[in-house]
Amino acid sequence: MTATLTPTKPPARAVPRRLTQRAGPADRVFRGVARSAGMTVLLMMLLVGGFLLIRGREALDVAGWSFFTTEEWAPEGGRFGIAAVLTGTLLIAAVAIAIAVPLSVGTALYISEYAPARLKRFLVNLVDLMAAVPSVVYGLWGAFLMEGSVLGVARWIATWIGYGPFAVDGVDPADPLASETVYTRSTLLAGLVVAMMVTPIASSVMREVFSQAPAGEREGAYALGATRWGMIRAVVLPYGKGGMIGGTMLGLGRALGETIGVVMTISLVYQIQPHILRAGASSISALIANRYGDASPFAVSALMAAGLTLFLLTLVVNFAASSIIARSRSGAEGDA
Amino acid sequence: MTVIPERPTGADTRPHRRTRQRGDAFAVSGAAVASLSATALLFTYLTPFTGTVGFIVVAYLLFLACYTLLTWLDEPGPAVRDRLAGVAVHSLGFLVLAALIVVVGYTFAQGAKALPHANFFTADMSVTGPLDPLTMGGILHAAIGTLEQMAISLAITVPLGITCAVYLSEVRGPGTRFVRTVVEAMTALPSIVAGLFVFAAIVLVLGFGKSGFAASLAISVMMLPIIIRAADVVLRLVPRTLREASLTLGASQWRTVWHVVLPTARSGLTTSVILGAARGIGETSPVLLTAGFTKTLNADPFSGPQISLPLATYEFTRSPEPSMVARGFGTAAALMALVLVLFVIARLIGGRGAGHLSARQARARTRSSARDARRFTRDGDTLVQPTVAAPPPTTTPPPPGASP
Repeated sequence: MTATLTPTKPPARAVPRRLTQRAGPADRVFRGVARSAGMTVLLMMLLVGGFLLIRGREALDVAGWSFFTTEEWAPEGGRFGIAAVLTGTLLIAAVAIAIAVPLSVGTALYISEYAPARLKRFLVNLVDLMAAVPSVVYGLWGAFLMEGSVLGVARWIATWIGYGPFAVDGVDPADPLASETVYTRSTLLAGLVVAMMVTPIASSVMREVFSQAPAGEREGAYALGATRWGMIRAVVLPYGKGGMIGGTMLGLGRALGETIGVVMTISLVYQIQPHILRAGASSISALIANRYGDASPFAVSALMAAGLTLFLLTLVVNFAASSIIARSRSGAEGDA
Repeated sequence: MTVIPERPTGADTRPHRRTRQRGDAFAVSGAAVASLSATALLFTYLTPFTGTVGFIVVAYLLFLACYTLLTWLDEPGPAVRDRLAGVAVHSLGFLVLAALIVVVGYTFAQGAKALPHANFFTADMSVTGPLDPLTMGGILHAAIGTLEQMAISLAITVPLGITCAVYLSEVRGPGTRFVRTVVEAMTALPSIVAGLFVFAAIVLVLGFGKSGFAASLAISVMMLPIIIRAADVVLRLVPRTLREASLTLGASQWRTVWHVVLPTARSGLTTSVILGAARGIGETSPVLLTAGFTKTLNADPFSGPQISLPLATYEFTRSPEPSMVARGFGTAAALMALVLVLFVIARLIGGRGAGHLSARQARARTRSSARDARRFTRDGDTLVQPTVAAPPPTTTPPPPGASP
């Protein structure tokens, strides 16, 4: 009110009034508590990362670059490396992704485009439930139920394709009396089990992006005479490309770090095993689960180095995935 | 004079807009019958094929071929492709659904051998060997272990996680971005590496020994980023207008968070905690490294090894004895039932956006605001008179979760 009276001197330029906020004592305590919780979490997380880094460095310093080229794992003898287990991890993840991508794209398309409206919520819940099923249950499924079926499929593939990663050495597919145990506990079986855990994660990201495809463009496609599949190919899939890539990578991050389902379904070998149908596979997580009992501090340090490698791998994959997903979503907001 | 036009009776005059014709259902069922019978013929008389998987694959391929042929007879090319894509998408969706049902159903079916015995839930394995029948021994020790480890993990993660989420979305500050990035990075931490960290730091360096508490710490390290991220998303969904309304009424930031933001996001926060717990309860690998293995009941989480349900499942099924494997499946079924219950509770509570109430909650809100109205009028009409200055907000804060 006093401002309407003639001011002594008009300000040279308009400066926004500075708003100061004086917090009461309760507010200050509240902010302090919240901030300290944030800092505690930060500290915990940095502690985990830092501890892994420091303890892992001991082993890395001893092994040097041979850590990435050595296949065997004998930390006491000084010969240890992750060439075999890293290859195995990537192979299992590749098999899992190869199985999970068609499944999750199909499920996501079914839920967002084909399913009747009243079933949608139920189906979304089922897919979420699938993500909540403990991995040990998937491991049981793979180790006890699927082993027989996978064996037959693996023998069929080995017989009719039989080269490259599908080759199985040491057994003649034409010999009906040959032992079938060479086809069990393989990379394929572990990949199948991991695919079941990856599918719901990838599928829920994809479904979300598919259902955000702009209604105007869908109707435009229909108005031009497109069939439903024509509309999906012309509108939904191009629009959801970012979500499909991001969801797949998010699943890949999970597939790389999966432990117990892999431990229950493979027999661990410490050599590069490029044949995905052959018994014997390897993964970093299975290595840690099998060898943590080697109580010598140096062995644990070596395991830490392997764990650190795995963590960095999943970290890169996850950050790439979340940035791709975020970009595809920000596009969605722009169009709306 | 207005005359209501008479509706034409009889034939429906609307144009025919159905995209799915009845002929399509005939084509699907006809193709299914044709492919099944042809495959049966192939497998029994014509070829030496055997095996269930082979039968399903051959039948499915034949079905696709028959169906394409049938639609091709009376539809143009794009429509045939549309029908084929529809069938493919449907079958992929049903395949995933069937796989889920098989995974859950198989666990319960195999566990059915062990579950009917009452001792399975009331005894531990201290006096039971691998060769003893299912009428001896049980999983009481693992159930107790799971309950205690989850209780400790929740006691750590819920207050810390939700306060941290409040810090990220409400308090903010120079460090918020960094904390959020680090938390996001930590969701990528493989659970086995979390277990390895606790094993190396707590069990080996601090000499704490393998115990239920160490397992709880490992589970907490894994659950904390999940809960923080989910809670952060939920808190950011609370409408800005609610916060601003509360601040305009003179409430302090602390009271705004406590009485407006948190109650509005309550269902979402509960869901994120329960889903985090469902993830944590089924984690085997961090527990494998940190909890140790025991056959006897150990109710003290701070000393001595303590087993949990997923770990017991893993250990039981490594044995070649059928009774031990049956116990393993029984344990898995119990674990699965626990996860199912948690999941259903989470979906009943949550699944609604911030501020959306169920019918029961809406009735409770109406009752409480009616109660407030009575209280205000009884106390002398001060609040409903606009001319009287409102009392300072600290004495009469807005009712908890006042509806927008």
